[in-house]
Amino acid sequence: MISEQAKQRMRELAAHYPVARSAVMPALYIAQQEEGYITEAALEAVAEAIGMTVDDVESVATFYTMYYQQPPGKKVIKVCTSISCYLRNCDALVDRFEQRLGIERGETTADGNYTLMTAECLASCGTAPVIQVNDEFVENVTLEMADELVSEWERELSADVGTQFIAPSSDQEISAPRAQ
Amino acid sequence: MPELIITKNIDAPGLDTLKGYRKRGGYKSLAKALKEYQPDDILEMVKKSGLRGRGGAGFPTGMKWGFLAKNQPRYLCCNCDESEPGTFKDRMLMEKNPHQLIEGVILTSYACRVSVAFIYVRGELALAGRQIERAIEEAYGAGLIGKNILGSGYDLEVIMHRGAGAYICGEESALMESLEGRRGYPRLKPPFPAAVGLYGGPTVINNCETLSTIPAIVKNGADWYASFGTEKSKGTRVFCLSGHVKKPGNYELPLGTPLRTLIYDEEYGGGILDDKQLKAIIPGGSSTFMLGADKVDTPLDFEAIAAAGSMLGSGGVVVIHEDTCIVGAALRMTEFYRDESCGKCTPCREGTYWLTEIYERLEHGRGKESDIDLLMDICDNISGKSFCPLGDAATSPITSSIKLFREEYEYHVRHGRCMVGDQHAQQETLLAGAQSVHAGAPAKEM
Repeated sequence: MISEQAKQRMRELAAHYPVARSAVMPALYIAQQEEGYITEAALEAVAEAIGMTVDDVESVATFYTMYYQQPPGKKVIKVCTSISCYLRNCDALVDRFEQRLGIERGETTADGNYTLMTAECLASCGTAPVIQVNDEFVENVTLEMADELVSEWERELSADVGTQFIAPSSDQEISAPRAQ
Repeated sequence: MPELIITKNIDAPGLDTLKGYRKRGGYKSLAKALKEYQPDDILEMVKKSGLRGRGGAGFPTGMKWGFLAKNQPRYLCCNCDESEPGTFKDRMLMEKNPHQLIEGVILTSYACRVSVAFIYVRGELALAGRQIERAIEEAYGAGLIGKNILGSGYDLEVIMHRGAGAYICGEESALMESLEGRRGYPRLKPPFPAAVGLYGGPTVINNCETLSTIPAIVKNGADWYASFGTEKSKGTRVFCLSGHVKKPGNYELPLGTPLRTLIYDEEYGGGILDDKQLKAIIPGGSSTFMLGADKVDTPLDFEAIAAAGSMLGSGGVVVIHEDTCIVGAALRMTEFYRDESCGKCTPCREGTYWLTEIYERLEHGRGKESDIDLLMDICDNISGKSFCPLGDAATSPITSSIKLFREEYEYHVRHGRCMVGDQHAQQETLLAGAQSVHAGAPAKEM
């Protein structure tokens, strides 16, 4: 369910832009923050707030890779595999994460803890190889660091057991629009 | 070393706050402009400065502004959708000095008589987006954006818009589609954005680094800015150095600085990793043609790099050393364009798919002699045959690497493996050593 507060923020965004449908992308982010991914309820709420059809909203949501079509893991790990990271051996890093997490790139662990993805150039080529964990950068990643990171996440997630699902996006806030 | 312009004080603590930016002279250009200059004065100043777009195409900025149709409302889009492989300057500028960009946006909006400006930040760059959003808030609070800016009577709204993962949205017309709330498909040109752009209004679109340069030009004058660089390529640029160099990072240098200086000088790249031989250089992001090691003395300016057979592009200089299999590297770059093709135009959508398939079989020892010419043939069928430059860009690493290193492709066909040894084993070694390399010489960011 999308909260009334989230819907209100969507409506405010729609009023903020010169044309309401420009708010569809930020509104999708708000919905994803609540649901964890783009659910049917998310599409409906955005469509209603912006004044678009559900299909139209879905056509936008499926174009952009950052709107998840399936529930992602609590830790979404993106390993950059573009040319500069390739030259700095990102492929071995992907292999290591696959090994340690027991999944292949593009998959989510059965317990819902991890999603491993490869990503196109993340604009951090000077500190390659680079990964993002829930949108935050970890730079100059070595195989040893990869091992340490996995251990750290294991500790963090086992301490979290029983707590509520936390949306994976790092967008703490998509700020409310300013009154014009 | 010349005085740095847009990376000046970039690592100073607190520069990312309004207070810190103001302490170092921030927003003085804006105050001066609103008080002393008419919009056209600033336009003339930027024309005279010789500033050219830092996004990739290198179009003269002032001229672009001058093309704007006269009708209102007009819009400004600042393109911060940095995603060209090998490029990481805009991210740094947004994260570390967001107010410099905001000041540039306000000055440009004033010069172009724009009342609503958008800053389109790539979705993956979450911190950069938050920094820009916070800087906009601060600027509103200080009366630097909004109604009657600094008592001048000039009104401007600035909106940060976050992308959501699509390289194509860095293409200006796709960016506008995205901002209008649609899938990021490029538009057919003409009409150009200067005539019919965002919401159908005249629109100016400039790159993040370009607009971050405007405050310094307004503050110090066109002649001062034009004193840097070469006759036709004025000013400085942030070169993003990555790949097989000892000290990768962002380095601001005057245009015309030789590639050799950037790559080998102790102050910058510090030479090739493990003191290997240089093999190839991609001078302006993966969409530009690869250059051979013999071109290392080429000055980094628009004309010289073009004469050498490539483009200055986005300023992303990727250095490749002797142990790299060029077929593997070209495959990796081709996969990028296959994944990022928006799918609108058949030559690009299908072509990038087939190119990758052929590369896969070459790389894994199943290639045929005729595949090399087939790659060239497909490139010819993509280049110039799609709406936007993505298709053309996809062909650059391929055609240039075949031209320069055809024997490596042939070796792959005949021997079923890389000419330069086992890439994977080398990568293992490299990564094992990466800890010490990076710990000893952290990327220098200026």
